[in-house]
Amino acid sequence: MKALLIRDLTLAFRAGGGFGLALAFFLLVAVIVPLGVGPLTEILGRIAPGILWVGALLACLLSLDRMFALDYEDGSLDLLATSPMPMEGVVGVKALAHWLVTGLPLTALSPLLGLMLNLPGPGYPWLILSLLLGTPALSIIGAFGAALVVGVKRGGLLLSLLVLPLYLPTLIFGAEVVRRGALGLPVQTPLLLLAAITAGSLGLLPYAAAAAIRICLR
Amino acid sequence: MSDPQNWRAHRLVAENLSVARGGLAVLEGIDLNLASGAALVLRGVNGIGKTSLLRTLAGLQPPFVGVLQVPPEDLTYAGHADGLKSVLSVQENLSFWAQVAGQTGTGRAMAAMDLTTLAHRRAADLSAGQKRRLGLARLLVTGRWLWLLDEPTVSLDSASAALFVSVLRAHLGQGGSAVIASHIDLGLPEAEVMELTRYRALHDAPSRGGFDEAFT
Amino acid sequence: MSLWEYANPARFMRLTERMLPVLGALAVLTVLMGVIWGFFFTPDDYKQGSTAKILYIHVPSATMAVSAWFMMLAGSLIWLVRRHHVSALAAKAAAPVGMVLTLIGLVTGAIWGQPMWGTWWAWDPRLTSFLILFLFYLGYIALWEAIEDPDTAADLTSVLCIVGSVFAVLSRYAVNFWNQGLHQGASLSLDEKENVSDVFWIPLVIAIVGFGLMFATLVLVRTRTEIRLRRASALMSRQRRA
Repeated sequence: MKALLIRDLTLAFRAGGGFGLALAFFLLVAVIVPLGVGPLTEILGRIAPGILWVGALLACLLSLDRMFALDYEDGSLDLLATSPMPMEGVVGVKALAHWLVTGLPLTALSPLLGLMLNLPGPGYPWLILSLLLGTPALSIIGAFGAALVVGVKRGGLLLSLLVLPLYLPTLIFGAEVVRRGALGLPVQTPLLLLAAITAGSLGLLPYAAAAAIRICLR
Repeated sequence: MSDPQNWRAHRLVAENLSVARGGLAVLEGIDLNLASGAALVLRGVNGIGKTSLLRTLAGLQPPFVGVLQVPPEDLTYAGHADGLKSVLSVQENLSFWAQVAGQTGTGRAMAAMDLTTLAHRRAADLSAGQKRRLGLARLLVTGRWLWLLDEPTVSLDSASAALFVSVLRAHLGQGGSAVIASHIDLGLPEAEVMELTRYRALHDAPSRGGFDEAFT
Repeated sequence: MSLWEYANPARFMRLTERMLPVLGALAVLTVLMGVIWGFFFTPDDYKQGSTAKILYIHVPSATMAVSAWFMMLAGSLIWLVRRHHVSALAAKAAAPVGMVLTLIGLVTGAIWGQPMWGTWWAWDPRLTSFLILFLFYLGYIALWEAIEDPDTAADLTSVLCIVGSVFAVLSRYAVNFWNQGLHQGASLSLDEKENVSDVFWIPLVIAIVGFGLMFATLVLVRTRTEIRLRRASALMSRQRRA
């Protein structure tokens, strides 16, 4: 398990691994939206929670299709499936690696982008906390989607179509936490619901994803 | 974990096995009984179902019909793709698969497949034959009893092929076993040869659940 | 004789061949009866005037759009547990029908919403949930289309349907939480006080039953088509190998 995590992280950080692409994309979203919406700070401040969450979600989506497809193409997935490592563990480790190279850096970068988008002061702790709680769900839900399309050539677009509807509850509660936090309203309910979605997804989706991969390899 | 001490008791047994590709049986009525130290070579024209049979034995797909008994978690599969990451070095690739199999040490495997001098080269910079040698060295680091090999000698030159056969023979000598799909003569006279043409599935054979029966 | 025997494609084909003309005729009659009764033989609503009569299409299609997803969920579970091909193919056949019903629900809702709320579209929780349901249908159908091997496609879409159902329910609650909405409460409920009056209620129930029968007819026809397609491809792959 540890070996797989280390390998995936090594691959992500070596040349062509794609680390940083998601971060750059996240930054671009934060630049593009004000250019499209206009520079009025009060409008930007009001939509900042939504933009930051949508940006983080799309940035996560961007790197999902590599999660299993590369291992499928070079035969590693066959070998992992015949190894003593359970497929559920493989899925979990891959999602963890995905989170470490996308979700976690996105969370770290988000306060800076919040600043650019004029997010009101009380929103920052909730922005960081909501992304920290919500991005693991994005990674594991994404792993499930990636597992479904593992045998489909050029499955990237299909993957977005499958994964985005599954992302909606996470997005709604995550952005709601930040919006309420920024307005100084109580955030407990959406925060707990967000945590519940993450916990439920982490507990159950590895099994669904592993089942999907076994079906694809058959 | 796999220990060569226990290999002598291992056995691969299949009874009345049918394997399918794309939902239709391609091979049927296969009986196998492979003891420790034995090798089986699968022969047959392209498309007969060699790969499907190997994948079934590896547990990647369920038997279409029949019973299959394999010592659990004591096999390794080598398909057409070697499972190499091009940005990792030879050493890194091998030690990853060793760790996945719960083993340590890659030196012996690299020496056996003549890869020691290439240890720090990236897999991307290897020739096709060198990649294949690396893929086969992976078999050694996993330390499994049963090797399931799909055309192992593709893109190997004759010297490397001979090297591989000697490695395979050493594995058999330790009590290991192997099932090899190959259409060339490996120079492994002690191996039993199985001609798959005899097991080709009949077109009107009934299959699982009466499904095709109802559909055709 | 157990119900499962109809999971045999041949028996299913024989049964549905006899059943379909009756079922189809019944469906057409009931839909016409419900809609015509609703359109022409009920009084205008005191507030909404005649615009409210779109109810007789809007509510049945919305009801069946949700029911269709539940039917697909049941089909997927049966396929995963008992490996009955007819069940997987019925789920596949139901998806486009369900998607079109969702679309009808959305479009009739927009047409109704324009005079009532003064807008074609509002991010009301019910409307939004239906849009999300539409996206789930789209993904499900796209996955069926993308995978060549039919059994693999049936397995993967079944897994997606089950996981999707959980997330669709989650989305429904999330959306409720997110915006309280303009949409009126349920048109039908067991609580008498909540209900619309009997004059509107009876034709509405007939229309819903009619849409249900219509849905069943369309799904059976499409399942038969799927079975024939499977049969054709099985025959062709046999011929290629012979």
